[in-house]
Amino acid sequence: MTDGGRMPIASNADVVAVRQQVRAVAIEAGMSLIDQTKVVTAASELARNVLVHAGGGRVTVEVVDDGRRRGLRLAFSDEGPGIADVEQALVDGYTTGPGLGLGLGGSRRLVDQFDLTSAPGEGTTIVVTKWARG
Amino acid sequence: MERVPILKLGDILIISIQIDLDDQSVLGLQEDLAERVVATGARGVVIDITAVEIIDSFIGRMLATIAAMCRLLDADTVVVGMRPAVAITLVELGLSLGGVRTALDLEKGVAALGHLHGRDTTR
Repeated sequence: MTDGGRMPIASNADVVAVRQQVRAVAIEAGMSLIDQTKVVTAASELARNVLVHAGGGRVTVEVVDDGRRRGLRLAFSDEGPGIADVEQALVDGYTTGPGLGLGLGGSRRLVDQFDLTSAPGEGTTIVVTKWARG
Repeated sequence: MERVPILKLGDILIISIQIDLDDQSVLGLQEDLAERVVATGARGVVIDITAVEIIDSFIGRMLATIAAMCRLLDADTVVVGMRPAVAITLVELGLSLGGVRTALDLEKGVAALGHLHGRDTTR
């Protein structure tokens, strides 16, 4: 299922598989239970976004180390319609789909770094990093 | 899609979520539960999430939807057993589930339903 930490997101079952893989890697990176829960929740939101808004895509899950601490980096990418107004997409409650509009803004609060690159017709890439505390 | 079993105990339905919920299973549970509430005339629903490791916005909305739906069908819902890390994450995510009654464990949840209905079910 995984290829160098890269996983497909093409079905609801894949979203569950992404959650399980992110949990396993977060434990490997030495994260506390609360940080594991936050990063797995963020991964679930972002994986579902890829499925719902772009019809599918992929995520790369890797452990990162900046010399002082270890963390987890997740890179989600798709070739979907893209996001025209990124600032607006990050506002809680804003949605173009059937959801609550908490996915992007909410998952940004759950991680330490959140980088979103998107343009209409060019797909979306979101890279998030969560560092282990202590 | 995996189905979540719904158990009946007196006039209460008990659901214990033991699987990693995908979105289809969540929607299936809502439908199954609505049918069971009407078929059994249940007055209360307890959802045990002791084994649930994460609640994202989709699963959180499911809990709120179930509570609202059961209210319309004359049943009260109590969500029990939320893990501390899940509660912290839900609030940070932006979902406080204000309309959902909670209790710390199954026993307190059943007692809360008994209290709502004016009797003590723990005896």
